[in-house]
Amino acid sequence: MTAGGAAPGDTAEGRVYNIGGADWDEIVAAAGEPGDRSGEERIVVNMGPQHPSTHGVLRLILTLDGETVTELRPVIGYLHTGIEKNLEYRTWTQGVTFCTRADYLMPIFNETAYCLAVEKLLGITDRIPERASVLRVLMMELNRISSHLGGIGPLGLELGASTVFIYGMREREKVLDVFELITGLRMNHAFIRPGGVAQDLPSGAIEKLREFLAVMPGKLGEIRALFDAAPAFKARTKGISYLDLTGCMAFGVTGPMLRTTGLPWDLRKSQPYCGYETYEFDVPVRDTCDAYGRYLVRMDEMDESLRIIEQCVDRLAGGRPARDPVMIEDAKIGWPARLALGPDGLGPAPDHIAHIMSQSMEALIHHFKLVTEGFRVPAGQAYAAIESARGELGCHVVSDGGTRPFRVHLRDPSFHHLQALPAMSEGGLLADVIPAVASIDPVIGGVDR
Amino acid sequence: MTETNPPAQAGDGTAPDSAELAGRERLSEQVVRTGMFGVTGTPDTSGYGGLKVRRPPPLSSPRPYGSYFDEIADALSSSLEQSGASFGDAIERVVADRGELTFHVRREHLPAVARRLRDDPALAFEVCTGVSGVHYPLDEGRELHGVYHMLSITHNRRLRLEVSVPDSDPHIPSLVDVYPANDWHERETWDFFGIVFDGHPALTRIEMPDDWKGHPQRKDYPLGGIPVEYRGATVPPPDERRGYQ
Repeated sequence: MTAGGAAPGDTAEGRVYNIGGADWDEIVAAAGEPGDRSGEERIVVNMGPQHPSTHGVLRLILTLDGETVTELRPVIGYLHTGIEKNLEYRTWTQGVTFCTRADYLMPIFNETAYCLAVEKLLGITDRIPERASVLRVLMMELNRISSHLGGIGPLGLELGASTVFIYGMREREKVLDVFELITGLRMNHAFIRPGGVAQDLPSGAIEKLREFLAVMPGKLGEIRALFDAAPAFKARTKGISYLDLTGCMAFGVTGPMLRTTGLPWDLRKSQPYCGYETYEFDVPVRDTCDAYGRYLVRMDEMDESLRIIEQCVDRLAGGRPARDPVMIEDAKIGWPARLALGPDGLGPAPDHIAHIMSQSMEALIHHFKLVTEGFRVPAGQAYAAIESARGELGCHVVSDGGTRPFRVHLRDPSFHHLQALPAMSEGGLLADVIPAVASIDPVIGGVDR
Repeated sequence: MTETNPPAQAGDGTAPDSAELAGRERLSEQVVRTGMFGVTGTPDTSGYGGLKVRRPPPLSSPRPYGSYFDEIADALSSSLEQSGASFGDAIERVVADRGELTFHVRREHLPAVARRLRDDPALAFEVCTGVSGVHYPLDEGRELHGVYHMLSITHNRRLRLEVSVPDSDPHIPSLVDVYPANDWHERETWDFFGIVFDGHPALTRIEMPDDWKGHPQRKDYPLGGIPVEYRGATVPPPDERRGYQ
């Protein structure tokens, strides 16, 4: 047997050695030839599929030369749940219940993107009640804070700063408490509905929100005090996972990652929806293009979200609760939006029940038709994009004129951004892959849907 | 119908019987659904059994498209002419609907159009937010659609490209060398719809397991029912259940 390479075509990459024994000298000589890569310390490491903190089940296949990553391939699909397919067999309103579960750290954004697309198809974008839009903005900005905390906390944990993780989760819980008070659920709310929102604020919500606004800046300050100037944190994130504007454009990266390259692109400012143009807030920008800058952008964004939330609370407190509608006043579309807690749980308000059960036969028929059949959406397609916590979240909705969506596609920013991971990590150290993943802040529930 | 004062229809001619024409056009379309409850075989006592729902006629918008849409069309037209192609060759149909502009692109012209959209400073669509598929099983000869959403940060504009291909020849040229981030999106669309993106560096499944059979987002993909342990009964798959459609 002879040592030496395999015939061309036997292998896709590199050279194959057939070792027959007693030919080590030839092998060693061949491995020393220029261009031969077997002399390198090349190790292929399979990282995952596992659940690294809150990101979801992600698998990375890394090729290492020593400690340097020469190749990185993300593998996804472990959390595919067929949300888009399921949506095609539910009514338009029920669809909210499914899409809210896609990226489970930003359910409100999923719901809003879907509802805005459906409303665009229905042609009712301008008829959404003012109070519903304010509630949507309020919920989205609360969600932005909880999502960023769910990204920064695990970033700390992955770098060994478990205190930051605990702080992040603790403050996130404050947002979830508010969510629970307003929607009844901590996650997967199905609160934003086509035409408006599911219900108005319950009593005590304004006070709870004011209390939240009073404590939150201090709590965010605690995280900043731990992280902003921490030498170990800066050493792990400054100049790490670099992706400049050119790279971001090539990969179509949006959101906090793009704003870390110095481009103040924010759909809330450039293509406003839900009345964002009427709020006063700034778009935080950094120009370091690295993981540290992304952390700072997210921290600044939370401060801006608090500003917006404050304006929302003022508007909601100044409104006429239970009088201003939170659902479109169109009996063919608007699902009853006044819910009340009865002895058997949350349900339509007693006066609505009294109206359909004992006053109006037509109202009962309407209610029955709306709940069982839903509404029909004119045939066509629409794309609605919003600035979610991670970047542009788009929803492409196609209708064939029926009571169910013909096709719904969620263009999830995590799915899109995870493709940039090799560009941010290759050539760097293995340890730097960890802050790179965390600085993208992907959530695999959204990636795989 | 006799009308002395024809209803003003946006973008339509002033033919006195435009409503009648529209109605005739509508009746000539294919029936996509009968009845209301999605059941066949069992008697439909709802009174809606004879209902016929026809496919909406394909949209096509005449000039002017409104908004910034005409500027995009003009810029693309002159840009394509510089490279020796014409707008009419590349774009088979333009639809301006619900505040969105859609170019239906012939598939062989897609890479050239995408390159012009990205590189021409008058267009500057830097970001392609990916491709997704739509399966229209009744749209004969154009069953599979690839839908691209483009974003221009420079001009703050959006645009949709749509490419339709027949089921028997489901090939669309890949855009990965123009928009690298379309890589995973094209893999996903292959995985879910079976659209082959020619020229993609590694068109493999991405969401479903590697050895999966079929493309689950297609309308003809069989759905599973649920066996129930009661006298051999089963819950039928969702598309065969009795329910409003």
